Amino acid sequence: MAAPGLDRGYERHGVNKMSDSIYVENLAKSFEKIEAVAGISFTVRQGELFGFLGPNGAGKTTTINMLTGLARPDTGSIHIGGIDCTNRAKAAQHLIGVVPDESNLYPELTGFENLCFCAALYGMRKPERQTRARELMDVFDLTPAADRKFAGYSKGMKRKLTIAAGIIHRPSILFLDEPTTGIDVASARQLRQLIADLHREGTTLFLTTHYIEEAERLCGRVAFIVAGRIVRIDTVEHLVQPVQAKHVVQIACNVPINGILKKLSAAFPDSMFSAAGKDRIRVEADQPIRVGELVRFLEDQGAEVFEARRMRPSLEDVFVQITGIEADDMRREKGKRGGTT
Amino acid sequence: MKRWIAFWNILLKDMRTYYLKPPNISWGLIFPLAWTAMFFIKSGSGLESISSILPGVIALSILFGTTSLLAVTVTFEKKNRSFERLMLAPIPLELLMLAKTSGAILFGVVNAFVPVIMALFLADLSRVAWGAFAPAVFLIAVASTFLGLFIAVAVSEVFEAQTFSNFFRFPMIFLCGLFFPINNLPAFLKPIAYALPLTYGADVLHGAVHGEHTLPIAVDLSILGIFCIGLFAASLRNIKRKWIS
Repeated sequence: MAAPGLDRGYERHGVNKMSDSIYVENLAKSFEKIEAVAGISFTVRQGELFGFLGPNGAGKTTTINMLTGLARPDTGSIHIGGIDCTNRAKAAQHLIGVVPDESNLYPELTGFENLCFCAALYGMRKPERQTRARELMDVFDLTPAADRKFAGYSKGMKRKLTIAAGIIHRPSILFLDEPTTGIDVASARQLRQLIADLHREGTTLFLTTHYIEEAERLCGRVAFIVAGRIVRIDTVEHLVQPVQAKHVVQIACNVPINGILKKLSAAFPDSMFSAAGKDRIRVEADQPIRVGELVRFLEDQGAEVFEARRMRPSLEDVFVQITGIEADDMRREKGKRGGTT
Repeated sequence: MKRWIAFWNILLKDMRTYYLKPPNISWGLIFPLAWTAMFFIKSGSGLESISSILPGVIALSILFGTTSLLAVTVTFEKKNRSFERLMLAPIPLELLMLAKTSGAILFGVVNAFVPVIMALFLADLSRVAWGAFAPAVFLIAVASTFLGLFIAVAVSEVFEAQTFSNFFRFPMIFLCGLFFPINNLPAFLKPIAYALPLTYGADVLHGAVHGEHTLPIAVDLSILGIFCIGLFAASLRNIKRKWIS
């Protein structure tokens, strides 16, 4: 293991490479001189919804590629569903489904044909694959578009069909790489519901995302990966526990943030102030924060306060605390680069 | 059985999506027609020259028909990542690549018979040794397809695959004894001619159609078979090295 005691979930439940859905030990991968994944170790238990969080270039997709057989690890071992597939990438592919970060179905086939073709890749016979394709079309609200070419689908519809293709053969382990990136709010909400349903039905899910609130809402346990290294693995509950007692307020105003932070710290020594974007101040304290006083102080300094909101401490706070990376920066970077590492 | 369901459906999808499209069908028909007409007119020696032209036209039809398509079925799918979907399927890589290439092989064999059907109306083909002709057509189709696969795997863009294919295809027209006997080539080109798979296929076709060939047919077919295995193995090695790195 990379660091004893790092994965607190391990300690509570124990590790069993034969019964855990995913067992990874000292997995490493470099591309020329760049270390994409640097000796990571973790397990995902049967039926668990495991989140793999990190910024662009952290090694999320490289890890998924190694686990699914699309990339060969330099060192380390991988067991999927109890099968050692470190050097036999194909050995466990019948157990897994993969939803890549970009929809990669066939644009010239219809939605229904795409699902039937994907089912055929897993050896499903014609009547069975047609029934299953119709069933999934129905579940994903795509029946009216079943006979339309995939190329003509909207982004949200493409994501839904890509997820449907990933589960067409009823895999016991499903890898989801950034499933809600770049789609509208309604589609994202529907996809999250579908992911939750799959989890309830007993599918083991390995989810990579840069939307920390999504991971917090869906996952039982999460790993934070930064620069190819896992910096923390634990249950969401345990991770957020230390920050739950904190009181957090976010204030939106029109003053240069860096200049005002020092003044605020001097005036309110019991609170901690930090920038949360270019026009937002984040206030943290162990005691309840008196928002009125803060607003009056800012207005006295010539600031116009647009909004002051009490925040519920979240996994995002833990992520920022542990990794030093602002979640907003991560989202912006993802939007710009649409990264895949 | 499950693997063969996957194999058959990959082949069927490629046939429907890529091969049975009007541009490919017309290319498959017009190209051999144009070559036949060109050499027939150029030879200026009447209908009796058909049997000497036919093997070269058949070989060319197969070569161009097969190699062009792998750039689409493999390079294009790799580029738009739909090939990943196939690589994630629980079927051995060897079977997957055979499925991806079988359509091109079939297309090549069908292409070969376009000039044959045309020649049936213009010349007497009763003396053709079909027993040697059929395996030669099949093995030329396999070798050309695997040459196309080798190229398709070596590059990352469709246009690179087309360019690289031409680098091999056009010299083969002149070097492989399709229309000009290898013995008439300058001495320094002969080793190159014998390093190309089409030389052996064309030799069998010449032997089968009008009885003149350089090497024993069994030797030609064996060497062609070795080329097929070698090109397929090299392509698989490249896929494992470059795509599953």
